[in-house]
Amino acid sequence: MRYSVRIAVGPVQFRIGSDWPDPVAALGRLYASYPQDPDRPADATVRLFAARPWRRWIRPSVHIGGDFVIPDALPLPLAMGLLAAEMGMNLQVALGWRRHMLLHASAVARGGRAVIMSGESGSGKSTLAALLGEGDWRLMGDEFTLIDPAGGDALAFPRAVSLKNEAIAEVAARVDPARLGPLLADTPKGAIRHLIPRADAIAAMHEPARPALILFPRFGGAAAIEPMGEGEAFVRLTEASTNYVALGEAGFAALTRLVRETPAFAISYPDSAAGMALVEQLWADVSR
Amino acid sequence: MTDRAYRAAPPGALRVEPLGELTAIFDRRSMQTHLVVSPMPEILNAMAGDACNAAALADRLAETFDLGGADDARGVLAERLRELAAMGLVERA
Repeated sequence: MRYSVRIAVGPVQFRIGSDWPDPVAALGRLYASYPQDPDRPADATVRLFAARPWRRWIRPSVHIGGDFVIPDALPLPLAMGLLAAEMGMNLQVALGWRRHMLLHASAVARGGRAVIMSGESGSGKSTLAALLGEGDWRLMGDEFTLIDPAGGDALAFPRAVSLKNEAIAEVAARVDPARLGPLLADTPKGAIRHLIPRADAIAAMHEPARPALILFPRFGGAAAIEPMGEGEAFVRLTEASTNYVALGEAGFAALTRLVRETPAFAISYPDSAAGMALVEQLWADVSR
Repeated sequence: MTDRAYRAAPPGALRVEPLGELTAIFDRRSMQTHLVVSPMPEILNAMAGDACNAAALADRLAETFDLGGADDARGVLAERLRELAAMGLVERA
């Protein structure tokens, strides 16, 4: 492809190729401080391409390709090229990764122990992780957490945090503007702005953490904590894993171990401050 | 209704992991995960060995559990056996 960039996020080495320079340049800025290993082969390939040669210039629209594709996915305008790249990267990991069990979950760590937060889009897991990652926690990832099937450790996937809608202003007020990407308005997911994780989170991206707490956050309603049994946590995490079925017995073993060894809670919270306080409260409980 | 006989999965075919009130069962033949509640794990456990029908199963379980009325237990166990067979965890003998 005409333009390309290599990016390593946690254990995943991406190669992203594009028919246009802009998405690659934008990715280059977001991931400039991530450690690189030029000798490592790519694990996942993303292609951002024009369906017809003239569509590189005339109403340019970005199709997402790669090792795995979603048939009939609608292309995005070039102004959303960065979002297209993010979607392509997520897709390759979600559908292609086999070395670890992949959970659709954010995670933060402290002292080598991880809090894993799993929830649907809109649950606030990403915002909670981003905000905790600006405090006394190491951000491990806002979207995916990987579980090592052999040892049970959580591995980080600290991609640039995808802040959406109200979360943008909330986080932007607390961080150096140099760590924010361009505002992508009116995307299919609303407004999006990327946050470059703190330098300590990027530097530690290859350091595993032991799962200490599994949370299922739900934004909205009064602050509440509900303990969750191993069986329900197992069911919810199989639904949150994109490769549980593909991993076969290794995935089954990893997940049964994870829910047995790690206390799980559903939490609901009316705002981010309350959510963060619940995480700290539960952390204090399990750290006793 | 005929009291059909069923046989348990061959040794090593199932990986059974109790998770609190649920039991997760991984079937190595189909690569499927099944989640069951009591009395399914107890039934599978009692079926290890020879094929058996609901009546024989009731006798085996009665050695450990208080099943109440034998006729009621047989009917319930026959139904559970059909469900386990539908999941592929036991098969018709």
